[in-house]
Amino acid sequence: MDDFEPTIIAFVCNWCTYTAADLAGTSRLSYPTNVRLIRVMCTGMVDPKYIIKAFLEGADAVLVSGCHPGDCHYINGNYKARRRIKLLKSILPRYGFDERRLKLTWIGASDGIQFARTIREMVAEIKEIGPNEAKHAAVV
Amino acid sequence: MAKTSLCDEAEQNLQTSLASFFKFVLAMEDIHALLAPMRLPANERVMHTLVTDPELLDPIDPFAPSFPMNAARLVSRLTKRPGGEMVAVVLRPCEIRALIELVKLKQGDMENIIIVGIDCPGAFKNTDYVEFAGENPETAAERFLAGALSGETKFDGGVEISAACRACTHPVPQGADLSIGIFGLDSDRQFLVSADTEKGKALFDRLGLSGCDVPDSRREAIDSLLSVRREFQKEMMDDIQKKTNTPEKLATYLSGCINCYNCRVACPVCYCRECVFVTDVFDHDPFQYLRWARRKGMIKMPTDTVFYHITRMAHISTACVGCGQCSNACPNDIGLSELFIASASTSQSAFDYEAGRSLEEDPPLTVFREDEFDDVVEVNH
Repeated sequence: MDDFEPTIIAFVCNWCTYTAADLAGTSRLSYPTNVRLIRVMCTGMVDPKYIIKAFLEGADAVLVSGCHPGDCHYINGNYKARRRIKLLKSILPRYGFDERRLKLTWIGASDGIQFARTIREMVAEIKEIGPNEAKHAAVV
Repeated sequence: MAKTSLCDEAEQNLQTSLASFFKFVLAMEDIHALLAPMRLPANERVMHTLVTDPELLDPIDPFAPSFPMNAARLVSRLTKRPGGEMVAVVLRPCEIRALIELVKLKQGDMENIIIVGIDCPGAFKNTDYVEFAGENPETAAERFLAGALSGETKFDGGVEISAACRACTHPVPQGADLSIGIFGLDSDRQFLVSADTEKGKALFDRLGLSGCDVPDSRREAIDSLLSVRREFQKEMMDDIQKKTNTPEKLATYLSGCINCYNCRVACPVCYCRECVFVTDVFDHDPFQYLRWARRKGMIKMPTDTVFYHITRMAHISTACVGCGQCSNACPNDIGLSELFIASASTSQSAFDYEAGRSLEEDPPLTVFREDEFDDVVEVNH
């Protein structure tokens, strides 16, 4: 599995984690290129469908990352996201999508270092778990 | 404390005494209509029927093993906007539970209805019911109860009570104003009327029913039914788990799906006016299909079937009452209720929620708290 390079889809909120990713870049921090960032205005707008679709299309992991509790630009979007992630973590593992493939984190706008570290750790962990079976199977 | 009364007319059978009881209910001045399963004049199919004339209630047949749709949807139609008139609605336990979910989702209202719940021994899927009823639909309920109340699940012609019903652990109505009980009684002619709510007790009194104690045999009959049902439910869930525990196995399980979306239409708690799966979001360009096929080597057509079913689980598994109408509606006999009942049990326990249990508990995805579910958040170092 040495040559396995996971694909991670990351839904990051405009106000915190996306800004943190931007900061990681302008600070010239390096992190693996396995992650595909999708900027959303708030984690509260990440429909469970987006996550399900990502897994069915073969994403090896999905990261949803937004503002710390209490810091949401829209007051409470991240709390709603947390309930949806709780829901998906109770549904997806039944069908063989390892629970560790779906992560929710809070990374604030000034946490560029944290963002880079999160991606590094996530890539390492997913490499351990191996590829998502749905990547090549005829599952749509 | 609930009020109970035993209806036991020596001269009558269950069918005729139920009809007289409901005639009596509908004759009440403040009850303007009754929604109940009736054998229709044309072909004796049992469908929910809205009746205003008590004299037409002879073919009322709530215990016929026919369950063509979850009537919570019908009650939603009757109550989603104010109508002002009082309707008594005869519902199975899963229909009441679905209605409770719909009311919480603002798709119906309890104010102008009186819920008459019935003990539910289960039902057949639609095609099986037609076969079982055969030439004598008027005796179907009687023939069915004779076997079902003594624990039979298989009947003449090899028809079997549907899997969802055999796995159902709510055979006794909860949340009803009045309940009609048949478990643990002499079902040829007796039934028990109990009133559990203020509205129900008021009606109970006005009906002039005489009180009685619940016979001990009833509790025993319900307990033994529940233990059989629980055992079957566990087997069913273990079996579905084995059959669908990888994405590929799940796709195989759903491979007969033709995207007809009948399961979504039949589902009482899938209430969106327009389902996202019929919008332009899924009106893919031709090149998209080819791109998917190229990436994976092949794709099953129509596409988006696994996507659709998992999304539906995300949407309704916290509200699923396990009525089994999804399986009933599937033209290709996919065991959807097994899949959804199993999924619902994990999602509902994740939120310490039970669909249909109470009007007071908010549906999990409609609320949030600041301090909860830290277990799903990765801790930063």
